[in-house]
Amino acid sequence: MIRLDHVDKQYMDHHALDDINVTFEDNQTTVILGPSGAGKSTLLRSLNLLEQPQSGIYQIGDEKIDFSKELSTKLVLRVRQLTGMVFQSWNLFPHLTIMQNITEGPIYVLKQSKKLAEARALQLLQQVGLEEAKDRYPSQLSGGQQQRISICRALAMDPEYILFDEPTSALDPELEAQVLRVLLDLAKMKQSMVVVTHNIEFARRVADKIVFLENGKIEFDGTVDEFFNHPTDRIHEFLTGMQF
Amino acid sequence: MWHIIVTSTPQIFWAGIKFTIPLAVISFVIGFIIAVGTALVRISTPKGNSVTRSLWRLLKWFLSFYVWLFRSTPLLVQLFIIFFGLPNAGIQFSAFTAGIITFSLNTGAYCSETIRGAISSIPESQWEAAYSIGMTYRQVLFRIIFPQALRVALPPLSNSFIGLVKDTSLASSITILEMFMVSQQITAKNYEPLLMYTIVAVIYALFCSVLTILQHYLEKRTSRYVKVAGE
Ligand SMILES: Nc1ncnc2c1ncn2[C@@H]1O[C@H](COP(=O)(O)OP(=O)(O)OP(=O)(O)O)[C@@H](O)[C@H]1O
Ligand SMILES: [Mg+2]
Repeated sequence: MIRLDHVDKQYMDHHALDDINVTFEDNQTTVILGPSGAGKSTLLRSLNLLEQPQSGIYQIGDEKIDFSKELSTKLVLRVRQLTGMVFQSWNLFPHLTIMQNITEGPIYVLKQSKKLAEARALQLLQQVGLEEAKDRYPSQLSGGQQQRISICRALAMDPEYILFDEPTSALDPELEAQVLRVLLDLAKMKQSMVVVTHNIEFARRVADKIVFLENGKIEFDGTVDEFFNHPTDRIHEFLTGMQF
Repeated sequence: MWHIIVTSTPQIFWAGIKFTIPLAVISFVIGFIIAVGTALVRISTPKGNSVTRSLWRLLKWFLSFYVWLFRSTPLLVQLFIIFFGLPNAGIQFSAFTAGIITFSLNTGAYCSETIRGAISSIPESQWEAAYSIGMTYRQVLFRIIFPQALRVALPPLSNSFIGLVKDTSLASSITILEMFMVSQQITAKNYEPLLMYTIVAVIYALFCSVLTILQHYLEKRTSRYVKVAGE
């Protein structure tokens, strides 16, 4: 389980995360919704320790982190292995082949043998239907394909949680569907996930729980049914705003 | 005339093999190492306790000063100071050593800016993606950033190397018997400046062409993954 207590993150004069208290359950998919600038990316990046909030307690598995202290490199690396990250713009390593992109972490971080890492990578590539792309370079793939590879890259590290930051926002609808299908499969397999998305329909289908963030504060934390069928005025307004 | 060409060309070429090429290659290798080190320190953010942070800042300041100094003064003047000037301060080098020191420091200053620029040109998101899978700073640097930065830095680095090969002709002024010096000496005997300086120019061009070919080969190798417009 991931648990945040009184987490605060400030940029200069801006309160990006304002007293965040939340838990993300194992084997569940939590979807984070909220308007632009709400602090969704900041929240995910804090879980992966790409950002360090100024204060608050972060518990993940057996690790307990006090954000107000300086974190040891060892702890940071450990937490990053526990939390796979999938970025909006996928950020594959352009100079490495697809296979190398996926095995880079397992070989050099987890110190797996090349053979083992490649066997696992091949399995993941099959899972997302891209095994024939293994020797190509990222620039030779479509955005949707690259994003599926970046999901494989995260999965190859065997993280406890996978964090998705708007994984389909940069994609055309058809390519988006390919990626969302992979996420639905993962949800079915009970992979623990935290997903930031602007796709309301997808949120409704995949989420076990919804967190609504606005101005760095959690305005809602509950079930899908509650969120969509008994929305507060503000959430109603947000949902209406997402329609056209 | 034919006789002059046949007898003097090997002499000049030999001076190139003996002095010009070693000066250029050794200085470039040392300069490159200085450049990478300097660039890495200058892009780093000081960490640790307040003492190490202050020392680190001092080092950064010193390296900025070094880069500024060597880019803002003529190479010839640098050579003169290190070879003719430093002995007055009790520091004496052989001409060849003085040449290597000067050329290395000069190349290091220029190339450090090239490398710093190349590293900064790699998007922040590449660092983040690599960090997010748990790689250490060193791993990110050596496995993800350097290979991409090298591709960017290759053309300007080649320029520096080719420039260095030609600049070694300045070493003649600190008594090193490199190609240009030798062609001057031969000219003093046979009074054929046009011929002698043309020969030496052709040999410089030959050496630099080899480097250009090497550059194209390396560019191809490091760019395999890039989609090139028009391909
Ligand atoms: N590095 C930074 N420096 C200063 N302010 C920042 C920085 N990163 C984010 N912010 C600010 O923090 C707030 C939250 O940003 P964040 O990226 O987390 O929002 P978001 O919910 O992910 O938005 P979006 O839906 O547009 O991605 C924004 O107001 C943003 O301007
Ligand atoms: Mg965001």
